[in-house]
Amino acid sequence: MHTPKRLGAIALLATTAIVLSGCSSAGDSEDSGSAAASCEPATEAVELTFTSWIPGIEEVVDVWNAENPDIQVTVQTGPNGNSGTYQNFFTQLEAGNAPDLGQIEYDALPNFRVQDGLVNIADCAGVADAQEDFVDWTWSQVSFGEEDSVYAIPQDSGPMALFYRSDLFEANNIAVPTTWEEFATAAEQVRAAGGYITNFSQNDVNQFAGLVWQAEGSWFENDGTNWTVDLTGDESTTVADYWQDLIDRDLVSTYPGWTTEWDNAYNTGEVWSWNSAAWGANSIISGAPSTAGNWSVAASPQWEAGGESSGNWGGSSTAVFTGSEHPYEAAQFAMWLNTSDESLTMLNESAQIYPAAVAGLELPSLAAGVDFYGGQAIYDVFSEASGQVSSDFVWGPTMTQTYNDVSDGFKAAVSGTGTLSEALESAQTSTIDALKAQSIPVAE
Amino acid sequence: MSAPTPAPTPVATRRSALRSSAPKGDFAPKESPLSKAGAMIVMLIFTLYFLIPIWWLFIAGTKSSDQFTSTNPLWFADFNLFENIGALVAYRDGVFLRWMLNSLAYAGGGALLATLIAAMCGYALAKYRFPGREVIFNVVLGGVLVPATALALPLFLIFSQVSLTNTFWAVFLPSLVSPFGVYLTRIFAAASVPDELIEAARLDGAGEIRSFFTVAVKLMFPSLVTVFLFQFVAIWNNFFLPLVMLRDEVLFPVTLGLYGWNSQVNQIPELRGYVLIGALLSIIPLIIIFLLLQRFWRNGLGAGSVK
Repeated sequence: MHTPKRLGAIALLATTAIVLSGCSSAGDSEDSGSAAASCEPATEAVELTFTSWIPGIEEVVDVWNAENPDIQVTVQTGPNGNSGTYQNFFTQLEAGNAPDLGQIEYDALPNFRVQDGLVNIADCAGVADAQEDFVDWTWSQVSFGEEDSVYAIPQDSGPMALFYRSDLFEANNIAVPTTWEEFATAAEQVRAAGGYITNFSQNDVNQFAGLVWQAEGSWFENDGTNWTVDLTGDESTTVADYWQDLIDRDLVSTYPGWTTEWDNAYNTGEVWSWNSAAWGANSIISGAPSTAGNWSVAASPQWEAGGESSGNWGGSSTAVFTGSEHPYEAAQFAMWLNTSDESLTMLNESAQIYPAAVAGLELPSLAAGVDFYGGQAIYDVFSEASGQVSSDFVWGPTMTQTYNDVSDGFKAAVSGTGTLSEALESAQTSTIDALKAQSIPVAE
Repeated sequence: MSAPTPAPTPVATRRSALRSSAPKGDFAPKESPLSKAGAMIVMLIFTLYFLIPIWWLFIAGTKSSDQFTSTNPLWFADFNLFENIGALVAYRDGVFLRWMLNSLAYAGGGALLATLIAAMCGYALAKYRFPGREVIFNVVLGGVLVPATALALPLFLIFSQVSLTNTFWAVFLPSLVSPFGVYLTRIFAAASVPDELIEAARLDGAGEIRSFFTVAVKLMFPSLVTVFLFQFVAIWNNFFLPLVMLRDEVLFPVTLGLYGWNSQVNQIPELRGYVLIGALLSIIPLIIIFLLLQRFWRNGLGAGSVK
């Protein structure tokens, strides 16, 4: 019963996004140079506001507040970013009352960047040096590859690996695939055994992007002024054709992700594996509770035998918004939130946050075996995957629109009218149009 | 946007259908059994159409999370309703109860004051002659055509200027305005409050305020209930305004709170159960208020439309 409500809200948000972004990008995009703002500590106690939708973040911030009486942080909340909080951020930036800090997923950062909504905190004490504390690719997500630039502190990441039903693979004598070629062969065997090797979710475009990411492709590029859109590059086309083939041969199911049918397909053993992010571990636990103990995790299948490449799905950062009067203190808080052991441990326990900090990957809570996965220490696999994610994948400034357009095309493709490649081609065109409509310079 | 509202409507329609066929006066046109049965079937289909989602929600609310996906969605598995409610209420120190209270405060308080304001306004427009009366009324009528959601962003910018965003008032104050209420009460006051009665009250020494409250309000009561109900439901379901205005969880109405949880189901899957049971609980106040007030509200609508 929430779907109509949600669609209505999204439609409205989309409308307002167009209106607001239309206003702000016209005048502001010129002066968004990369010179870091000066960053001096305040002389007296400061109060900061921080908006995040992570459940339980209040308790983490309480710890900070107890230790830092001079920098008191108030938590504000809202729905998940794309469900309304990002739009609120843009509205608040427009009205000049944005919070000091906000949670922003990597794929939304470029949008805030081109709207000039983020403070470059590279000159704040300790921030530039923190680069080595974070997994390489997460740092390039928040610096956009620019010199002397840090627009957010990485918080969590979603390195991908293959969740699979070890009991079913074993019982049917099917080897766990290590390459995508083997995966396709295994898919035939699984189909012969009455199941589907995996599900292709038409609405999880960012999962598909993760697969392209693993193939070392990238959808966007920014040379400092101009954006290049490349949804139809060789890597993307290879991935799209590969999955199109599996769909055509009815070797994968095509339930929309996160629906009850989808849960049910995993819960009843109809679908045997899921190439997903670290945080997906919990989705299976709650979506397919009847299959407890039967799952394992292996590295994602590779495009080349012996390859070591991983994709990423999701992840977010803590950014300081334009208009914050205390970027220094805000940056200190963001660093503590995303690097300190106590914060990362609490975030992991309350919200299954999988850290972007290198030291965070070694948390004791992540080293233990997980009963649902037959006692396997599954996060070891993800920790390894995390280091294999390419630093070259770049998100575009209009991802909401791109996701919607690709998803529309994918829906058509799984119902047999069109192909995944055609979906990417049409989204390529519409994304370029969307960028132009917002006066964002595009190189063609 | 008005997910919970349709429920009571078929009940009301069905009852009135039953009642109007009850007195078999000679003057009533004879209905053929066939058309009667046809009408009943149509009613039945609509009733089912409106009630099945609520039935589904109720069933979903009684299931544990693993039975939710694996059992028949329209029939009971193990009955876990009270465990689910207990878990929801305990989650995050009972923030859900806080949201319910907030919704009641926004919707109850807002609808009450909105009704009063609309009644005074409608009464004044109906009973006093002053220059610009029709212009004001037409402007108010124009307000009926503007959806509340379209006003949320301008309201946010205005409230930002006076630093009232993220406060109780940011949601409460805009809820006090009901153009439809002004329209309805004006029509109703014109039809049901005789000028002679007000004149008599004045002659007896009652002031304008007093004659409004002691004479007019009583005569207008059915329309006031209607306005109250409309406004209550409108505020309860107005989700976009709180979404834009509020950032502090303790100020959220229940719709926004549940929406926020629902938006995180991907990463925190156990929230799905809370969203389901929370949605079920959140429609209860609406059902109660409709059942209590439906008698008045049917009268009010009918009187307003016939004039």
